[in-house]
Amino acid sequence: MNLITPDSGLLFWMVLIFGIVFFILAKWGFPAITGMVDERNKHIDESLRLAEEAQVRMSKLAEEQAELIAQTRQEQGRILKEAARARSEILAQAKADAQAQTAEMVEKAREQIANERETALRDIRRQVALLSVDVAEKVLRAKLDASPEQQALIDRLTDEAVIPNEAKESITS
Amino acid sequence: MILAMLLVLFAQAATAMVPASIFLRAGAIAAEPAPSDDLDIGEVIFDHVLDSYEWHITDWKGKAVAIHLPVILFDHGLKTFNSHKILETGEYGGYHIASEGEAHEGKIVRADGTKPFDISITKNVLQLFINAILLLMIVLLTARWYRRHDALREHPTGIAALMEPLIMMVHDMAKENIGEDYRRYSPYLLTVFLFILFSNFIGIIPFFPGGANLTGNIACTMVLALFTFFTVNLTGTKHYYKEIFSPDVPGLLKPLMAVIEFFSALVKPISLTIRLFANMLAGHIQILCMVCIIFIMGKMGMAMTAGATAISVLFGIFLDVLEMLISFIQAYIFTMLSSIYIGMARQKAE
Repeated sequence: MNLITPDSGLLFWMVLIFGIVFFILAKWGFPAITGMVDERNKHIDESLRLAEEAQVRMSKLAEEQAELIAQTRQEQGRILKEAARARSEILAQAKADAQAQTAEMVEKAREQIANERETALRDIRRQVALLSVDVAEKVLRAKLDASPEQQALIDRLTDEAVIPNEAKESITS
Repeated sequence: MILAMLLVLFAQAATAMVPASIFLRAGAIAAEPAPSDDLDIGEVIFDHVLDSYEWHITDWKGKAVAIHLPVILFDHGLKTFNSHKILETGEYGGYHIASEGEAHEGKIVRADGTKPFDISITKNVLQLFINAILLLMIVLLTARWYRRHDALREHPTGIAALMEPLIMMVHDMAKENIGEDYRRYSPYLLTVFLFILFSNFIGIIPFFPGGANLTGNIACTMVLALFTFFTVNLTGTKHYYKEIFSPDVPGLLKPLMAVIEFFSALVKPISLTIRLFANMLAGHIQILCMVCIIFIMGKMGMAMTAGATAISVLFGIFLDVLEMLISFIQAYIFTMLSSIYIGMARQKAE
C-alpha cells in the first residue's frame, strides 16, 4: 500500500465515522459542556462584580459610620459642655437664691430680735417704772418728810427714772 | 492576507522538508544490505506504518497472532470475505493482492489489475472505530457530568476535570480567532482537536488496541482537512469571496492577486493534510528506527548489542516523549489553523 496515495476505503470510513462522531458530539456533547462552563464563567464574573460592589458599599458604610461617630462625639462634647454650663448656672442660681434667702431670713431675724428687744425693754421699763413707783411709794410712805435730804433724794430718783427712758428712746428710734 | 500568504509559505516549507527527511531515512534503511536471516528493516517499518488487511498483534511460538479483518468490496454487488483467505494464498475469488511494482501495490485488485471499490475494515479503519468510540464515550461522559451536576456550585471532578481544560482551550481559541459567531464552529473545532489528539496518542501505544498509524495516514488527514476546507468555503462571507476573486488592489494587479488568493485557498487544505500526516508518520518511523537498531546490531556480537540496546532504549524513550509533545502540538496546530481560516472567511467588510 502506498504512503502518499489516499486510500478510498479509509477515505469513505473516515468521512462516515468522523461525520457521525461530529454530529453526535455537536448535538449532545460539546454544547452541554461549553454552555455550562460559559455559564459558570459568567456566574463567576458576576459574583466577582457583586463582591467588588459589596466591598465598595462596605467601605462607604464604614466611612459613613466613622462620620456618624465623629458627629456623635461632637454632639456629646457639646451636650457635656452645655450640661456643665447648666450645672454651674444652676449652682450659681442656687447660691444666689440661698444668699438672698439667707439675707432675707437674717433681716427678718434681726427685725424680730429688734422687736423683741424693744418689747422686752418696754416691759422692763414698765416694770422698772412700776418698781420705782412702788419703791417710791414705799419710801414715801415710810420716810417722806420735808427734810432737804429727802428732797434731794426725790429729785435724784425722778431724774434717774427719766434719763434712762430718754436714753432708751434714743437707741430704739 | 499577508499573514495568510506567510502561513502558506511556511506550511509549504515545513511540509517540503519533513517528508524529504523521512523518505531519505526510510530509503537509507531500506537500502542497507539485509542481514543474514533476511531482516528487511525497510519492510518492517513500512509494515508498521502502512495500512493492512489484518491486525498483526504479535508472534507466538513461530505463529502470527493477528486479527483477520473483513474485506468488503463493491464490484457488481457487495462482496465480503475474511481477509485471511486472501492473505494466505494471495488470491481469492478472482481477486489478488497487487505485488510490488503494480499500480495498487498491497491492495486487493481484480485479475486485470484494476481496483474495485474497496471499503474493507482494515487496520486503520478498525483503529478509527476504536478511536471514535473512545472519543464519543469520553466526551459524552463529560457532558453527562455537566448535566448531572450543578456546575455553578461544584468544581469539575473526575473526567470533567480532565477534559474541561482541553475543551475550554479550544473553545477560547475559537472565540479569539472566529469572533462573534464562534459558537457555531466551536463543536467542529473541538471534534477535530480531540479526534486528532486521541488518534495521535493512541498511535504511540505500541500494542493492540493502539499503534495503528491513523493520523499518519494521508487519507485520514485529507478528510479532516477537507472538512475544514468545506467549512471555511461554504460558510464564508461576501467579503471573503470578494477578497479572493476581486482583491482590493490596483487594476493590473487584480487578476494576479486573484490567482494567488485562489490558489492560497486551495493550498490551505493541502498544507493541513500534509503537515499532520508527515509529522505523525515521521514520528512513527523514528521510533521504529530506534527499535530496529537493536535488531540490526543484534547480529554484531554481545557488546555491540548491549551498547546499541542501551542507546536505542534511551533514544526511544526520548522520542516517545517527544512524540507525545508533537501529538499535542500537531492537534493544536491543525485546530488553530482551521479556526484562523474560518475566522478569515467570517470577516466582514470594514
